[in-house]
Amino acid sequence: MTAVDTPARPAGAAGLPTLRGTTAPPLGRLVGVELRKLRDTRAGAWLLVTIALVVLGIIGLGTLWGVNATASFGSFVSVQVMPLQLLVPMVAVLAVTGEWSQRGALTTFALVPRRGRVVAAKALAVLLVTLAVAAVGVAVAAAGIVVGSALHDVPAAWDLTAEQAGRFLLITVLSAAVGFALGVLIRSSAPALVAYLGFVLIVPMLSAIAGSYVAWWAAHGLWLDLATTLQAFAAPQVTGEAWAQLGTSTLLWVGVPLAFGLRGLLRTEIR
Amino acid sequence: MVITIESLTKRYGGFAAVDDASFTAAPGRVTGFLGPNGAGKSTTLRILVGLAEPTSGSARVLGRRYGDLPNPGLDVGVLLDASAQHGGRTGLETLTLAQRTLGLPATRVDAALDLVSLTEAEAHRRVRDYSLGMRQRLGVATALLGEPQVLVLDEPANGLDPAGIRWMRDLLRGFADDGGTVLLSSHLLAEIQMIADDIVVIGDGRVVAQGTKDELLAGHGTLVRAADPAALAAALTGAGFTAAPTADGAVTTDAGLDAAGAAAFAAGIAVTELRAGDGASLEETFLALTTDTQRDTPRASTGAAA
Repeated sequence: MTAVDTPARPAGAAGLPTLRGTTAPPLGRLVGVELRKLRDTRAGAWLLVTIALVVLGIIGLGTLWGVNATASFGSFVSVQVMPLQLLVPMVAVLAVTGEWSQRGALTTFALVPRRGRVVAAKALAVLLVTLAVAAVGVAVAAAGIVVGSALHDVPAAWDLTAEQAGRFLLITVLSAAVGFALGVLIRSSAPALVAYLGFVLIVPMLSAIAGSYVAWWAAHGLWLDLATTLQAFAAPQVTGEAWAQLGTSTLLWVGVPLAFGLRGLLRTEIR
Repeated sequence: MVITIESLTKRYGGFAAVDDASFTAAPGRVTGFLGPNGAGKSTTLRILVGLAEPTSGSARVLGRRYGDLPNPGLDVGVLLDASAQHGGRTGLETLTLAQRTLGLPATRVDAALDLVSLTEAEAHRRVRDYSLGMRQRLGVATALLGEPQVLVLDEPANGLDPAGIRWMRDLLRGFADDGGTVLLSSHLLAEIQMIADDIVVIGDGRVVAQGTKDELLAGHGTLVRAADPAALAAALTGAGFTAAPTADGAVTTDAGLDAAGAAAFAAGIAVTELRAGDGASLEETFLALTTDTQRDTPRASTGAAA
């Protein structure tokens, strides 16, 4: 990092005062700090505990009452997708907006004036949490299958393909990305959370209604409606067209708000 | 000069929160940045630490733009607003986040808590339960965490009781005596008078005066005392000078020491005291310097300049 982070003008040559801080905080360290921020407030800690409890609750119920002819690993994983799609992005939203709700940004960006690095560290921290939650979800599902098949004396069906697992992960990661982008754009906790709920709950509903009235939207809406497109990714099979629709709608819901949001965040006056 | 503000201007629409301001802060000195609320102090400090961009002009610390400092927390301690700390974190956690960001050993957190006299029990309380004075101490602890050579503090004495202000003064005095540079703002004269060595006065975005405290406090005129103040005043006015009685029976005049003595002698008045006049209180200086730029009526767009 030293070569990159040395000030443009070498201190000695210009006769500038010597600095104590000669190397910028490495990105890994900033990611560690951001991970810590995600859990060191009551709201953050409770959100993470809630996610864990929801996963345990769903699989617990499934283990007790959801096992019929076979204990299906695939269904135990897929049943977690919708709740995680709702909860994990809240972590992403709050990771960004938390800096503004209590004006901690004033300290954060005084310590690290390169704002882009802070945002990158937050994005990586959210990604790590998302991956950890997914891993825990899969592990709990596996445990539920083992217990459930023994409990009900039915065979365990390890029927989750890697491709499906990958798509479930993609749904969760992209949902978190939408939450993060909306957080960067809106920078205020409650409105950004509402915006995300709008994205995941209201927009698909409106989209369905619009599709029933307008033939064009019924045929083409999925190119823009990421939440509905993502629902298709939970299905056993995904078409090539769905992948293309995922691309355009992700651009609209992640790319566009992130671009506008970053433009503002990197330049705005921090008060 | 450790801090150099040069022709700094910050406009919000048509309103100039900071208007062609230039001043410096030197090592070993506490520089007080004095001005009424909305004068542009906070805007200037935000630009200095890279949280806002100037419209024109420049602000440099240690010869560089703040944003070009690789790890600024180790060189410049910053406290812009003690209330801008997450209420849900403990004081200890707040410091730990900064300590980790800067890459410092964990022992620095305890050292910083000691420096600002926050107890172990207080450090474990959530910041939302802190008084403003405790938040100021926590903010100062964050600023001191990286053992910086420069301190930039916006209204650090706000919310402190008199003992707290004295503590702040001693802390900053010690910091400057060790060769550090301190720039602190205040809208209260008494604070600045108590803490600062050098003073920069700002009103409506413009620097209206700057100098050492002694320069700005230098008195003018002469104080003369005699048994009969009325006769003394008459003698002075008779000689063509001003004469104003003071509350304790002396007379102040714009005559020099020689001329005032001579006027009294000519009138046959025995002078019991004759000396240079008391320094005008910084308050008068401050008010005189700012009344012509500071409007009493609320301005349309002061929000941007707080």
